[in-house]
Amino acid sequence: MIEVSGLRKSFRSRHGRKATAVDAVRGVDFSVERAEIFGFLGPNGAGKSTTLRMLATLLRPDGGDATIAGADLRRDPGQVRKRIGFVAQSSGTYDHSTGRRDLVLEARMYGVSKSAAQTLAEGVIAAFHLGDFVDRQIKTYSGGQRRRLDVALGVIHSPQVIFLDEPTAGLDPPSRARMWQEVRRLRDEGMTIFLTTHYLDEADTLCDRISIIDSGLIVAEGTPSNLKREISGDVVIVDLAAADTAGVPEPATILQASKVLTEQPYVESCETIEHTLRLYVDSAATAIPQIMRALSGKGIEPGAIETRRPSLDDVFLAKTGHTLEPG
Amino acid sequence: MKTARDTWLIFQYEVVLLVRNPVSIAITLIQPITYLLLFTPFLKGAMRVPTYSNAFQIYVPSLFAAMGVYSGLFAGFSLLGAMRQGVVTRHRVTPVSRVSLLLGRVLMYVLLVGFQGTVVTVAALAFGLRVQPGNFLFALVLLSLMVALSVSIGFDLALLVPNENSLGTLVNSASNGLALLAGVLIPLSVAPLWIQHVADWNPFAWGTNGMRSIFQGHIGATVVWEACLVMGLVAAVTLVLSSRLFSREIA
Repeated sequence: MIEVSGLRKSFRSRHGRKATAVDAVRGVDFSVERAEIFGFLGPNGAGKSTTLRMLATLLRPDGGDATIAGADLRRDPGQVRKRIGFVAQSSGTYDHSTGRRDLVLEARMYGVSKSAAQTLAEGVIAAFHLGDFVDRQIKTYSGGQRRRLDVALGVIHSPQVIFLDEPTAGLDPPSRARMWQEVRRLRDEGMTIFLTTHYLDEADTLCDRISIIDSGLIVAEGTPSNLKREISGDVVIVDLAAADTAGVPEPATILQASKVLTEQPYVESCETIEHTLRLYVDSAATAIPQIMRALSGKGIEPGAIETRRPSLDDVFLAKTGHTLEPG
Repeated sequence: MKTARDTWLIFQYEVVLLVRNPVSIAITLIQPITYLLLFTPFLKGAMRVPTYSNAFQIYVPSLFAAMGVYSGLFAGFSLLGAMRQGVVTRHRVTPVSRVSLLLGRVLMYVLLVGFQGTVVTVAALAFGLRVQPGNFLFALVLLSLMVALSVSIGFDLALLVPNENSLGTLVNSASNGLALLAGVLIPLSVAPLWIQHVADWNPFAWGTNGMRSIFQGHIGATVVWEACLVMGLVAAVTLVLSSRLFSREIA
């Protein structure tokens, strides 16, 4: 449904008199199947939104090709627009308009008659449960209601592909859960969904397949479970901040601990994130006593040790050398 | 055909939003009436005319010209607002005609200022203004051309300087310069010769002269036809350039 190859975009930015080119997207390839929820996972500034805006015909790519729902992005953006829906990160409605007025206008912009537009509006009002507030001014809506209206606007013409830019950013947990439910429903109705997110749990539980993007490049792609399986074994997290003194350890201590543990044969790799060490091991059960022994051999007392199954953040860390989660 | 339909769609949508907003309606009505009430007493004295009727005969066309210059140039702010709220982005991912996104908004301003002009005229009639209905309609046509030109320039400025603060300063100086060089409030006849020569290059000056002639009842005067021709041509060229700029900036 979406085929992308070598898509890239750079922006010129100005610092005083010097103009420098910033490569926002440095050649990405991927393909999305029909009726699939495909996610772009990456930190802010990774190039997610830029890619999305190129695919939605809002930005002209500097290079590369893309075919969306059978239409060529560069040669025929007009056809692409007819076949896609797009929901931007910021809401695209006037505060003093009402949901219904915008829904009808949106449908009419796709060329349908007024009465057909009203019927289409009724359809999405029912499907997205907007009835209680759709005739009120949009500025009175809650964040979740507003976001549901945004998505309803994006799909009112039943596009084959819908692009969602950070669909749940800033929403409270119940609203997020509800949005996930709506997105799954759209997929089950046969729509292809391309979304960007910087939430690990969203990528993990909502997306059928994800691409991890960092600094304008795709660093990994696959189903969330396959990506996690690549990180074999367990993750052990050693917090060097002492629990009793609540003090942050000396940088030298962290460095020493990291050095000691990296040298241990059962540790596959060790990453330092502030004052914690993230160790990838075959089996946490056997590794933890050895870790304790190795550390106390150097006179280092860890504040806490925890263990868990690999998450997408571990995949991210392994592929990019830094984590997605702050702190 | 599609362009006409889409333009109508955007025009309708923007007009309904405007009409549904009581604050904007109040401002729309208060602004011209305030001008009328505050300026006319000054003018009667300054122009040394015997009656209010004489003063209105000169001041109402000037007010038309002023509305034609100012309201349009400040329209850029509403475009910036629409862009900031993501409305323009949302519309441009649909197959709606790009030019219509511009033209629909321009027409909304033409209607708005035309309405203000009508309110001003009706109010002035009560104070002794005399104008033939046909001449008045003709004045509205010329006013529409002036608004189309100034809105188009206002949008261009907003697209080129998409920052409210800088745009404010820019629009202020641009509109004051254009209004002064059009003889909107101070007639150009009292200006030095070199300013009059500069003003020959300002299409709004032609429009203002034509507007005065219309209200004096000289509808067939050369200056009226020159005004319509100049305003029509310049407005058309500017609209084409703006729609290019608009399409490029928001492709």
